[in-house]
Amino acid sequence: MDADAIDKAPDAADTWPDQIYDLLKKHEIRQVCLVPDAGHSRLIKRCLADNEIIVTTLTTEEEGIALMQGAWLGGDKAVLLMQSSGVGNCINMLSLSHIHRCPMPMLVTMRGDFGEFNPAQVPMGNATQAVLEAMGTLVKRADAPEDIAPTVDAVIRMAFNTFRPTAALIGQRVIGAKTFGKD
Amino acid sequence: MLAESGKLDRRELTRALLADRGELAVIAGLGAPCWDITAVGDHKLNLPLWGGMGAAAMIGLGLALAQPSRPVLVLTGDGEMLMGIGALATIAVKKPKNLAIVVQDNEHYGETGMQETATKYGVDLVAMAKGAGFKRTMFVTKAEEVPALRAAIHAGDGPFFAVAKIDAGSKKLVLPPRDGSIIQNRMREAILGPAAYHQL
Repeated sequence: MDADAIDKAPDAADTWPDQIYDLLKKHEIRQVCLVPDAGHSRLIKRCLADNEIIVTTLTTEEEGIALMQGAWLGGDKAVLLMQSSGVGNCINMLSLSHIHRCPMPMLVTMRGDFGEFNPAQVPMGNATQAVLEAMGTLVKRADAPEDIAPTVDAVIRMAFNTFRPTAALIGQRVIGAKTFGKD
Repeated sequence: MLAESGKLDRRELTRALLADRGELAVIAGLGAPCWDITAVGDHKLNLPLWGGMGAAAMIGLGLALAQPSRPVLVLTGDGEMLMGIGALATIAVKKPKNLAIVVQDNEHYGETGMQETATKYGVDLVAMAKGAGFKRTMFVTKAEEVPALRAAIHAGDGPFFAVAKIDAGSKKLVLPPRDGSIIQNRMREAILGPAAYHQL
């Protein structure tokens, strides 16, 4: 990861991005759509390298809500990867899940959450869980590395077993925030 | 097929595009395209959208990627397409051969009091699609161009994008089922068979 990037990526020694990839395979996820986040960078690489997963890079996160609806119509299970700011772009589009009872699991890496450096990330990061829950999404958080895989597993199961939007919030405490020398 | 204005009649256009539709799955953007596809014959392979403005093209992409051998048509309005216009870039990159998008362009927001859209002022959706990378496009204004438009939807060498300029007049409301779970799951059953209800 670029040392000059403003957002922090998982450390090379972290195993949770690979655990999420293994869960996508276990749950037979066929389509992964995303707007990139540094926190998901390794997971995105794993998905891109997998010929059985169709990866779609979106221009805005709400496209991913619509894409998950279309995938489900055709029998594909899909997930949406994004950072917390992208949740704000999805609000009205989440109606689709309730209108049709369509499973829509979202894996969200948190910004503006725990020790954030960038003031612009804080408003949406602070509102992410409330906004998702206001739109009827089941939200589960993971703030320790060992909690991420069980949380993602639960969120994928709840989406496809109970036909609704669900979200796993991967806390910034896990990924860390850059400080740019302002320690 | 023409209205008194000399422009295409939206419902007759819809009827022509969906004639002998075969395996074609249709996503209709919210508003009049939903009433149009229902008026010419409600169908298990129709997904009329009651909400999610701006979603139609991306729903079409998700379905087209999941079912690459089935033709998928997104039939929507100019206002709905403009709201999700970034989808043109997303779709052009994925290049789904089986996806066609047809915008019935009346240059107005029809459900909210006929306020003008950007296309009324010259915004060119076909040029935007070409700019995104769509190789196959059409701009349709005449009845004699409609058979070629219908053929392009079924041709399987997409992604295909077309604008059909239509008369702005409203037609009789013909409503599809309002329970979205029925609309979704009847399409899933038509595509997937009994597995639609047992997918884990």
